[in-house]
Amino acid sequence: MGELSAVSAYLSTSAVLLGLTLMCGALIGSAWALFPADRDRRIVHIDDLLPQTQCGQCGHPGCRPYAEAIADGQPINRCPPGGQATIDALAELLGVESLALDPEHGTENSEISVAYIREDECIGCTKCIQACPVDAIVGAAKLMHTVIVDQCTGCDLCVEPCPVDCIDMLPAPINGGRGLASSALLAKSSILAHRNAGQAQRELP
Amino acid sequence: MSRIWETPGGIHPPANKRQSLSLPIDYPELPERLVVPLDQHGGRPCRACVEVGQQVLKGELIGVVDGPLGAAVHAPSSGTVTAIEPRPAGHLSGRPARCIEIAIDGLERWTSRQRVADYCQMSAPQLVDRIAQSGIAGLGGGGFPTATKLTTSGHPPIATLIVNATECEPYVTADESLMRERADEIIQGIDILAHIHGNRARMVIGIEQSKPEALAALRTACAKSAVEIVEIPRKYPSGGERQLIYALTGKQLPSGEIPANIGVLCINVATVYAIKRAVIDGEPLISRVVTVTGGACATQRNYQALIGTPIKHLLRHSGVNNNRLNQLIMGGSISGFKLPSDEVPVVKTSYCILAPDIDEFAPAPPERACIRCGRCAEVCPASLLPQQLLWHAKAANHQQLEEHNLFDCIECGACSYVCPSHIPLVDYYRAGKVHLDAARQVKSNAAQARQRFEFHQLRLARLEREQSLRRAARRSAAVPSNAPRAPVARLSSADIIADAQNRAASKQPTVEQTLDKLQRNISMLQNRLELAEQRLVAASDDTLNKQNSLRAAVEGARQKLQRAEQRLTEQAHG
Amino acid sequence: MMSPASSLAHSGQSTDNIMHWVLLATLPGGLALTWQFGWGVPLNVLLCSLCALACEAMALRLRGRPVGFHLRDCSALVTAVFLGLALPPLVPWWLVAIACSCSIIIAKQLYGGLGNNPCNPAMVGYATVLLCFPEEMSRWLTPQALLPEDLYQPGLWQSIHLVIGGGDLIDGITGATPLEVLKHKTGLMIEQVYASEPVFYRASWAGAGWEWVNLGFLAGGLLLLRKGIFSWHAPLMMLVSLSLMALFYWDAGSSASHGSPLFHLFSGASMMGAFFILTDPVSSATSIRGKLIYGAMIGVLVFTIRSWGDYPDALAFAILLANFAAPTIDRYAAPRAFGHSAQRNGVPPKEDQ
Repeated sequence: MGELSAVSAYLSTSAVLLGLTLMCGALIGSAWALFPADRDRRIVHIDDLLPQTQCGQCGHPGCRPYAEAIADGQPINRCPPGGQATIDALAELLGVESLALDPEHGTENSEISVAYIREDECIGCTKCIQACPVDAIVGAAKLMHTVIVDQCTGCDLCVEPCPVDCIDMLPAPINGGRGLASSALLAKSSILAHRNAGQAQRELP
Repeated sequence: MSRIWETPGGIHPPANKRQSLSLPIDYPELPERLVVPLDQHGGRPCRACVEVGQQVLKGELIGVVDGPLGAAVHAPSSGTVTAIEPRPAGHLSGRPARCIEIAIDGLERWTSRQRVADYCQMSAPQLVDRIAQSGIAGLGGGGFPTATKLTTSGHPPIATLIVNATECEPYVTADESLMRERADEIIQGIDILAHIHGNRARMVIGIEQSKPEALAALRTACAKSAVEIVEIPRKYPSGGERQLIYALTGKQLPSGEIPANIGVLCINVATVYAIKRAVIDGEPLISRVVTVTGGACATQRNYQALIGTPIKHLLRHSGVNNNRLNQLIMGGSISGFKLPSDEVPVVKTSYCILAPDIDEFAPAPPERACIRCGRCAEVCPASLLPQQLLWHAKAANHQQLEEHNLFDCIECGACSYVCPSHIPLVDYYRAGKVHLDAARQVKSNAAQARQRFEFHQLRLARLEREQSLRRAARRSAAVPSNAPRAPVARLSSADIIADAQNRAASKQPTVEQTLDKLQRNISMLQNRLELAEQRLVAASDDTLNKQNSLRAAVEGARQKLQRAEQRLTEQAHG
Repeated sequence: MMSPASSLAHSGQSTDNIMHWVLLATLPGGLALTWQFGWGVPLNVLLCSLCALACEAMALRLRGRPVGFHLRDCSALVTAVFLGLALPPLVPWWLVAIACSCSIIIAKQLYGGLGNNPCNPAMVGYATVLLCFPEEMSRWLTPQALLPEDLYQPGLWQSIHLVIGGGDLIDGITGATPLEVLKHKTGLMIEQVYASEPVFYRASWAGAGWEWVNLGFLAGGLLLLRKGIFSWHAPLMMLVSLSLMALFYWDAGSSASHGSPLFHLFSGASMMGAFFILTDPVSSATSIRGKLIYGAMIGVLVFTIRSWGDYPDALAFAILLANFAAPTIDRYAAPRAFGHSAQRNGVPPKEDQ
């Protein structure tokens, strides 16, 4: 009798625990379905980490669409302008393992460049103006165009459409830290300087 | 005797001021060339308003303010402009700055100087404008344009006018010698400032107790004036703006705000002197008192040096022994920074040039690990936790750096001075600030790019909507629903097709036209290829990156040309 | 690239210097221990030092750091000396080796070496062997002050023999420490204990032998305070809170009493802990307010574990617990930065949205 009750107690405890486990699992598993509002918030957080270059190298027409795709489960390693730092940050945000940059979508560029129009060659076709995702090129039909350097994200999208090839991607200027590209460059260079200093110190005697 | 509030932290390093105070301020002979940087103040560099080869007179405007927080630059002596180009500058970043080089003729011909007999006749805006015209910027090291500081609008009225005469940094005696010798003019300067602010403010000179001669001179000079002299105990950094304001008024300047917001104006004593010279004598800021000191100098003293005087010239004048010199410091022994070369000129913010003997400072032993002893926190005048800041700066943890108030660090160097592990803490903080600033910039730029992208998308969507609406409107206008459809119905389908073919044929260019167009295209492309190649040749001494991009442009042009030629041949054969 | 400048003038104080002073300051306490407990003490210190230096050198080599440069900061030696003084004399050599390797390899180098260890290495080593080898660790010698006229602590050769594992200690030479005696007083009034136990009635004020050891460490600590090696905040608060706790539970020396403040201050490792272990800057709180809280916390913990815990002395555990709390203490006890209306160090600002 005593043995039997012990066995039944054991079984019932197991059953209760198993039930609880399954219930929690189901709850966690269906959390996305239960709380759809979270998706929007996730997208905003993901979008915050993307570099906003709007270059489309990830295969999406801009950073926000890629953020939406990531929220829906696309790989996080398709953003060459953001590079490894962005991938790491995304991995941390989403609680997944960090990956190396997918070479199919491009390679990380240590040098940050912005577009320059060789103005004497521009024929005023407005094709680059239409291609620019952030409206950083000004000009009118049959009149010379120019790039607002401070607003250029260096996405490269204006180079291809130009019928006379008068757009160059040149290293961003470092002028007092203005402009997206230059400040990113400054950040990178200061990290490098810092690391090198640390290295030197460690190697001293 | 006014009450003095005790500031947190602080250190008591050896003062080392006697060496340079035994002789009066000297006027060194003129150098052959002056190198005047266009970037000697807070904001964007000035724009040069002279040309190479132009004759300039002493005190003539050579650099005009370009953007906010600028201070005009004047020719320190008469001569000829020989170059306008980047030169090594005495700036912390070590980056070269655009400079105007003047070969001076030694005649010291002045431009017309407008002396003012009675400044009381002038209004405050007039005086501020005159100070702005004179290019005066904070001579205590900050380089903040004084005229901007003096504007009377946008903040509560100034209740306390503090003249910073503490000069707490070791080795530096420029202000002290100025006070000893020119106390009268300093008091006149204070009176001008008081006049600008309506003679209502309490006027205080904050000076360290360790300067008895300067104190005596000031006391004599202001015997009949309402200026108060408050002695504060010797402590580094008592001369920090926030520290001095607290010591004299008991008010802690809230983080990120300027003194004017709490009704205080704090101006360095040398700046006050420059204001007097500008307003009463009509002299723009073209020279300043510089301490040249350190064991490697045969004579250690103060010089009234023209802005732009190469440091080499002053050192030669002081009989510096190059064999005993292994580093040159701009500033004092605690917050000064190493100069890249002795070609660097004296600028408005250079108060001291320290040429120490090899044995004067023990070379810094290698940095050891931080043992979190907390000495840095004890001496920090901003009550920060330097050891935590170091930790986060090394980890580049921006959020923690910001939350540990990195931007309240005044880079005084007290923490580095006491650190038993010889960690150059301030260097880490400076790097951290640059880093954090850049991160903020990246963030704000990304936000801007996102906004522009979203607007771009919105605009495209709107255009499309409008276009479809227009199309729909045209369609309904062309085919009114209640109009008889007979004419359309009467046309047979064959008619319609023939009509369309006719339209197409009329648009189709003839073969000659096509060939002609392609020919033109090719000649244009050839031109471009030539141009691109020329540019590549011209850029051979340029940076590698630029060359690469130019090379790519050449290649692109060549390919397009090939394609066009191919199409031409196809067209000709087909 | 910025030119490094902030290290031109310097106060002249260095980490190596601090470590040298700390080593020097352990001398009075160490000599008192040797006087009372014989050759076992210097043997412990010597063994610990050799073992610690070997462990540190090995760990640094494995981590690819310059060995000589880091050994010269003497931090391993300081840990070794503390550990050697804390371990009971004449414990077997392997116990010393285990304690030492735990200290240096696990508690210090695995965390990244000097400056990165969250806990005091010496105390980690001590606590490890205390938990693993309770029998060896509770075998303290009878202090010289209590030995009969004709009995002396083992001589040098005999001590070495004992340490490397030959033979057992002579009976009568081991004995209970004052803390153990008081812990097992079983219903006696304090006065009765004092009258019946030689460790008390032959003492001058707090417990034969131990009072001199504690006085030695107090002297060393005061020397360090005077040299400005550490600030007074944490040690003073620890001693004050320990005394206050003892005073609060003094209960007029009844059978429920846990001993007088004086007894607690001069027993066991109180003074060594207060001036040498507590003041380890790496693992303690760093701000002034933090140090006060940290010291007070250790004082309370020491008394609590001594009085109601299973172990007669409690310093290692008290310090380790406080080490864990130190980052949190630092976070909330940070000073208000100049020009800020409220303290915000490490505490995220409230978002406006």
